[in-house]
Parts: sequence; structure tokens; C-alpha cells
Amino acid sequence: MPLVYCGACSHAPGITARAERADTQARQALESAFRRMGDDIRATRPDALIVVAAEHFANFFMNNMPAFAMGMADSYEGPIEDEAFLRIERRRVPGNKALSRKLIEGVMQTVDVAYAEEWKFDHGISVPLHFLTPGYDLPIVPANINCQGPPLTPLKRAWAFGEALRAAADAVPERLALVATGGISHWPATPDSGKINEAWDREFLARWAANDRAALTSYSDAEIYRDGGQGGFEIRTFIAAAAAAKGAKGTIEFCEPIPIFAVSCTIARMQIAA
Amino acid sequence: MSLYQVQKLIYQLNRDPRTRERYAAERDAVLAEHELTDEERRALVEPDIGLLYVLGVNGQLLMHFAALHKIEWNAYLEAMRQGLVRHGPVREGVYAATGYEGVEAHDARLKREREIH
Repeated sequence: MPLVYCGACSHAPGITARAERADTQARQALESAFRRMGDDIRATRPDALIVVAAEHFANFFMNNMPAFAMGMADSYEGPIEDEAFLRIERRRVPGNKALSRKLIEGVMQTVDVAYAEEWKFDHGISVPLHFLTPGYDLPIVPANINCQGPPLTPLKRAWAFGEALRAAADAVPERLALVATGGISHWPATPDSGKINEAWDREFLARWAANDRAALTSYSDAEIYRDGGQGGFEIRTFIAAAAAAKGAKGTIEFCEPIPIFAVSCTIARMQIAA
Repeated sequence: MSLYQVQKLIYQLNRDPRTRERYAAERDAVLAEHELTDEERRALVEPDIGLLYVLGVNGQLLMHFAALHKIEWNAYLEAMRQGLVRHGPVREGVYAATGYEGVEAHDARLKREREIH
């Protein structure tokens, strides 16, 4: 049945790893927005949650880098990071192999997606789940777009992946929610960590809320790197979510630059008709 | 240059507990499985986080290698800055330093700007 929820959020590891170093008010507002997003997802009574992430060398490396990948297992493990560093306890997270397989078969009709029967979640999935599904009671279908190891997945292909995910989700009887995770401008884990181009972020989110395909996919990688840093390459996940919304417009429910978290912390939702 | 080999070793250390155990118990044997230059090997063993950054190691790999060595976040960022001073600009990979003002100064400026608006 048609996708029941479509949104996007930040996944920066600092949100949990360096929580107390942020302005208390800003952190609490972000955490409240995350929890509201979790409530909104649950209100749509999903059977599973597709998480479109931009992983950071937890599973995929330059020896065999897929442009797109989806998990196909009954459980996953995460976070892969040092638990004391990320401050999220490592655990098994439920998946749904049969559902994943149906979705992958659907996506494969138009996009050549790799599949993985094992997948270790990193902060790209574990930080959002920590807030969105703290009970870890919703099966996850992880998906990934290569935003890390150049040559990167082209933006127009990220859009095609989002369209393919939507078509696949609409074709199965399950109620599915989709959340894309990533940063907009950021320079993570470099000497420039904490730099945020807020104006660029707000412009990108305006294009996202308008669900303007041409504007969303018009950036070159050189422009993204100049204005949004290497972390800005993760806009691919937001673009996939916009495509999955099939023309619906979006609402930016929270957007606040928090330098110690290294990003404009964002919670956004596409107003799809569920 | 064998940045790929350096990054692959760090990738394996980050994701595989057994590689971490082996690295602790028989580091030289693990290092010997990778085609490394003397400089890369030295940077890994010390570890010289600043040099690894300058060699081009992706921060998404390097920050976990630093955490493995119990290097705290601010010390990790400072090590990269010192690496740029000691070893010059990043030689390979996607990075270029941009003269960033620093997290505290940046945060204070954003707050000031918000108060003005």
C-alpha cells in the first residue's frame, strides 16, 4: 500500500557523542523534535521503516563500493562505533528479510541496487533510531547511497532510487515509513568540524520542501564541496526522500545549526497522503 | 603512495573486533599484510593522527582510529590541525582546509547573528 510516512533527519554522531557540549536549550529542542518525529511515524502505524542512509565505511569500502545498497536480513547489529564514544549501546535491531527481498526486487526493476544479508549500522542509522524508535520494536529496512567514496552516486540517480523505493513500497501490502538521514553542509571529523553554512542549508531545505526536482538535482559535486563540505554530499539521501514523496510538498519541522554537533540539525517531513 | 591500503587497514580495525584483537596482540603481523610505505607505517604505529590526516585518510575512518587509541575529540581535532602545521597541506583525498574560525568562535557568532535578527 502507499507509503505512510516520508521524512528526513540529521544523523550526526555528535548529537549523542557530545550531547552535553551543546547549548542545553538547542539540544533539548532538537531531541523533542526527534521524539515528535518518532511519534508521527508511529501514528501512521507502519509495519517497517525504510532508512535511507549515507553510511561511513561501516559496510562498504572502496574495494567494492555500491552506488546503492539495501539490507536483506531479519536482524542487524549496531552501532558499529565505540559504544563509549557514541553513547549508544550496541544491540541487534530487527529487520524483515522477506519484506526486504520484495522491496529489493521492486527497486531492481529500474535501479541496479546491491543487496546485503549482513549490515552493521553506524551512526547514520543508529543515532536517528536512538530517538525515533527507542524501543527498537519496528523492523528496519536499511538502504544506502554512496556519499563517501568518489566517484559518488549522481544526484539524478539518487532521485531515481527514491522513485524506485516508492514504487516498490506502494506495491507491497505492508504499511511502510521512510526516513532519509544525513547532514546538509558539514565538514565532519576534519579540522573544520563545526563549520556550518546555514544559508546554503536553508536554501537546500527550501528546494526540498518545494520538492523541486530540477533545483534539488542541479548541484555539481564541486559546488557541494565548496559550499557544503564533503559532508554536503549526503544531500543525496534527502533527494531520494523527496523523490519517494512523489510530488508532495514538505515541512521543515526543525532546523537549527548546532556547531558542536557539526550540522544544521534538521527534522523534516513530506506531507504525503497516507 | 598507498592511501588505499592505510584506509583499508583502518576500515578493518573499525568494523572487525577480531582485527582489533590481533592488532593489539601482533600489530606487526597485521601491518605486514598491507602494502605500506615507511611513513604510513610510522603514522599508524605512533599513532600520528595529524600525519594520517595529511596523508589523506578520510575523517570518517580516522575519528574511530583516534577513538580506538583513546584520543579525546578535541585532541583529535587539534592533532589534525598540528598535522597541517607540521606536514603541510593534505596530500590526497577530498580534503582542503578552509581557514575555519573554530567551533567556539563560530557558535558565538551564530548566537550574535540570531540576537540581531
